[in-house]
Amino acid sequence: MIAPTVAKEIDARGSFCPGPLLELIRGVKSVAVGQTVAVLSSDPGSNKDIPVWIQKARHEFIGSFPEQGYTRFMVTKTH
Amino acid sequence: MAHRIAILGGGVGGTLLANLLRKSLSRADAQITIIDTTGRHVYQPGWLYVPFGEENPRHLIKPERRLLRAGISLRTGGAQSIDLAARTIRLAGGDLLPFDTLVLATGAVLAPEAVPGFAEGAHHFYSEEAALRLKAALESFQGGKLVIGVADIPYKCPPAVLEFVLKVEDFLTKRGVRDKTQITYLSPINRAFTIESVSEFIAPILERRGIVLELFFNTESIDPEKKLISSMEGETIGYDLLVLVPPHRGAPVIRDSGLGDELGWIPTDRHTLEVTGHEGIYALGDATDVPVSKSGSAAHFEAKVLARRIAHHVNPAKHAAYPCYDGKVLCFLETGHGEASQIVFDFEHPPKPPAPNRFYHYEKLLFNKIYWYVVPRGIV
Repeated sequence: MIAPTVAKEIDARGSFCPGPLLELIRGVKSVAVGQTVAVLSSDPGSNKDIPVWIQKARHEFIGSFPEQGYTRFMVTKTH
Repeated sequence: MAHRIAILGGGVGGTLLANLLRKSLSRADAQITIIDTTGRHVYQPGWLYVPFGEENPRHLIKPERRLLRAGISLRTGGAQSIDLAARTIRLAGGDLLPFDTLVLATGAVLAPEAVPGFAEGAHHFYSEEAALRLKAALESFQGGKLVIGVADIPYKCPPAVLEFVLKVEDFLTKRGVRDKTQITYLSPINRAFTIESVSEFIAPILERRGIVLELFFNTESIDPEKKLISSMEGETIGYDLLVLVPPHRGAPVIRDSGLGDELGWIPTDRHTLEVTGHEGIYALGDATDVPVSKSGSAAHFEAKVLARRIAHHVNPAKHAAYPCYDGKVLCFLETGHGEASQIVFDFEHPPKPPAPNRFYHYEKLLFNKIYWYVVPRGIV
């Protein structure tokens, strides 16, 4: 799979839940349909609340990618 | 020459800081100027009580001058722009005010225009005018769908909307229309409140009071004619009365001076309260991006830290301490039916709200009355 180009990357490391989720929601609001947003989170709680929100909001969850000390979540805006 | 300290904003943080600095620094040491847009100091937590007829707006506003110690210069009208490189503020009237140390205490402004249909379709209680309009709407409300929520995060005094939910449930019960009303609370996240422990505290109370909790509802637009509110998650809910905390943004002078992020919040070190990349420039309260509640309580504790940091900078021989802000916030949470709880936390310790009781309710009512005498002057 070819990773989509990230239109907006938000560094929410150091912020506690639901901070990273709220940053992601704000990011998705600000981009056009079809664009991809990435958010970096160091709070393990994001593994739960970010995918659930993406599913509820019916956007495309590209995936969560563990890095050193944080996780990169990627979502493409679908509507 | 005396050190020139400028404080932009006469809310709780700016006013308390000015008074603490005037108390600790002699006039030979420092010249203190506070610049405020209106010259009127507003006790904003009091707006919550206005829609229920429990508070008169006249009691929530006092002239800023009356709250300031002698020896503090007050300039009203606000500021047009800030030049950090030149260390000057262009005041509303055009005067140029030079400073050595600047504190940005510019607060937050309401931005209902960020949600299409908000102005025509939604009520709120975050200003005198809106709180009075909501009071009239509640008095004539005969039942139906009452929908309450927040349009965007962050917003001032986060527990206030939950306090409103619980107080309005009490209010409608006493008016005899509770059984004809469905109350729905819209939360933008997957729980009732951002802080998990407060969410765990409040969710059972909402359930006991028969309040419907709608999760992951991030408001996108309001249709005031059809009385519908829609979320970016694709949900649409009908309402008869809609009470929505409006979106908040940083002050225009911050955005116009290029000092804020995309929403106008000032990037600020959470411990030193120094504006990122600008030595000797500080920010406190709602204006910052510090990850703590936008509340008078946070501004209160931050002002105490900044007063000591700045006093040390101005006169290190006399003022040795150099404290850091630890994220402390202390506030009450009204739960209706004459009871309240208390929320106390800092960066390292989440709150553990005690069971609601009458003591905290009366303590909050007392605090609302004595605020003017004890907070701006630094007695507490």
